Amino acid sequence: MSATTQSPTASDSRTPSKAARLVGDRRLPVVVTALLFLVMYGVGLGRYQYYGFAEPQVFLNLFIDNGYLLVAAVGVTFVILSGGIDLSVGSMIGFTTMFTAWLVERQGLPIVVVVPMALAVGALGGFLMGYVIHNFEIQPFIVTLAGLFLFRGLCLVISKESISISDSTVSSMATAQASLGVGFLSIGAIVSLVVLAVAFYVLHYTRFGRRVYAIGGNEQSAMLMGLPQGGTKIAVYTVSGFCSALAGLLFTLYIQSGDPLHATGMELDAIAAVVIGGTLLTGGSGYVLGTLFGVLVLGLIKSIIQFEGTLSSWWTKIATGVLLCAFILVQRFMTTRKKA
Amino acid sequence: MTTSSRWRALTRHHLFWPVAVLVLLLLVNVPFTPDFFSIKMADGHLYGSLVSIVLFGSPLILVAVGMTLVIATGGIDLSVGAVVAITGALACSYISDQSDQSALSGVLLAMGLGLLAAVVCGLWNGFLVARMGIQPIIATLIIMVAGRGVAQLITDGQIITINSEPYKLIGGGYWLTLPFSIFVVAAVVAVTVVLTRRTALGLLVEAVGGNAEASRLVGIRSRRIKIMVYMFCALCAGIAGLMISSNTSAADGNNAGLWIELDAILAVVIGGTSLLGGRFSVGGTVVGALVIQTLTTTIYTIGVPTQTNLVFKAVVVIAVCLMQSPKFRAKVFGAKFGARFGAKGSATPTAAPADPAAATEAAPKMEVS
Repeated sequence: MSATTQSPTASDSRTPSKAARLVGDRRLPVVVTALLFLVMYGVGLGRYQYYGFAEPQVFLNLFIDNGYLLVAAVGVTFVILSGGIDLSVGSMIGFTTMFTAWLVERQGLPIVVVVPMALAVGALGGFLMGYVIHNFEIQPFIVTLAGLFLFRGLCLVISKESISISDSTVSSMATAQASLGVGFLSIGAIVSLVVLAVAFYVLHYTRFGRRVYAIGGNEQSAMLMGLPQGGTKIAVYTVSGFCSALAGLLFTLYIQSGDPLHATGMELDAIAAVVIGGTLLTGGSGYVLGTLFGVLVLGLIKSIIQFEGTLSSWWTKIATGVLLCAFILVQRFMTTRKKA
Repeated sequence: MTTSSRWRALTRHHLFWPVAVLVLLLLVNVPFTPDFFSIKMADGHLYGSLVSIVLFGSPLILVAVGMTLVIATGGIDLSVGAVVAITGALACSYISDQSDQSALSGVLLAMGLGLLAAVVCGLWNGFLVARMGIQPIIATLIIMVAGRGVAQLITDGQIITINSEPYKLIGGGYWLTLPFSIFVVAAVVAVTVVLTRRTALGLLVEAVGGNAEASRLVGIRSRRIKIMVYMFCALCAGIAGLMISSNTSAADGNNAGLWIELDAILAVVIGGTSLLGGRFSVGGTVVGALVIQTLTTTIYTIGVPTQTNLVFKAVVVIAVCLMQSPKFRAKVFGAKFGARFGAKGSATPTAAPADPAAATEAAPKMEVS
């Protein structure tokens, strides 16, 4: 059924054709997603060429407008690779915006102090969820669902109304731009790319990364091999919590306010990005680079709809759904392998 | 020691923990509202906290019952909230276009139209999951995202209000002194139980959930079962959608059934059905949904400030799930208790095959006792 859970079986036959080898390749879903992204971008170029779609800045804006989603999705990638799921992401982002805005505006703390606090709270939340999941063997879906309720509730406990941030350091950080010659990137976009690079290194070049894949592939085998599965599992949720909090900080920068309803449902955006990027929800197979393309695709859907202009808000939802569907189906067809 | 063995048999029954939690939650209310359990007769209708818990919980019970079967096949359906919105929107917009909104034929047609749309959504979900082999969480995400857009498209982004007596009956009317929706729920639950426990259908669903490939090789048409299950789930969500829109006499494409999918999944899990598929319990789900509704009611009656609702809910959810976890009981209440109430035959059957660690850890402790 799954195209990528096993190693390429094509190598069993004596003369594997090039096509067969390609189809059996674990990297194929990522490549497909990247190609589909390029096709969509090309369509966008064709349609809105005269409305400034070809500007490099439009492309860079994908990173600026979706940096927080990328960071959150990278965290979720860890969890999904390990065979779990994290539904608390959106709430954690919302909570971080509230927490940050409340500390900065109402308590008058400098942002430099608030940032590590927010990150620590996020990591602690993830750690606790991981601890419960591992030690009491409760399904991740349920534990993180409880986390979703908890953090969304804590938002409302802090304040029922949104808090806008007028702190000068925050606004200067929010408007800071790094020029790239053809365009610029915001701090949020740069941070998200750094997070992506770190995640790439950790997943593919460290022991921890291998453990994540091993546990996601087959938890029992991983345990029989002597891998510390408990610690890895807890660490994975801690990473996700940390990433969510960081995404929350980036979101705060992006939107310069805290609101109890910020980022509602973003956990599903993050999960969708990860899966569109070719990571299997069953765990053990996928690449964090795929997640990048997943986020870019979701972002591109949004910007194409913006360029289309005349669509009302419900058409935006319908179009997103239809494109998501088309995308999933194409992904599915292109990565389906004839059972060897 | 017959009493202890009876007690053991009782605690090992799959409904023990959910019912225990439900009773506990109901009892919590008594100090705050002393006449919590009393049911009064007024205007020829029965009134009381217990009646209103069932009344307000009806849509959730319906959605959760449908969700149980989907989860039993190893799937999950995130689109139920959107289906609730679409059904309500379609039925209400059809009724509002009629010259006589109270005409029975028009109302029936509107309901039929809404339910048909719901079943089509379910067919689509089932098609994606069973035929295309897309992971359920992603396949149903499509309608979850697009469905609310469709609902808003139907209502033109407005909240449609209607004034129709017959339509009002489903969600807000009374019949034989009880809320009509209780009868609807009872009928759906009864049909589901009869279909799954008096015919082989339940067994087939469990077989597909246990191992879809193996059940296919045995000769079960696992794809067809899966598609049917998604259609059934959407139908249940559709009925819930009619109920919700009928209760408020309005269709709100944006907010109708918001987050009901998460509550429904929670109800299924509290009821003891594993998210991994396989064995399921419709009765457990009904109890689970009642637990969630009672929790909501309790939060209001004991006067928890509204903004802390969600925190409170989260704490109770975690507590309930911890209570259900054999491993938690073993760790907290000690090995003896854990062995007695522990792993085998407990409310969460999944832990057993997946975890040799638990077995090896538990073994020496059991020798001690």
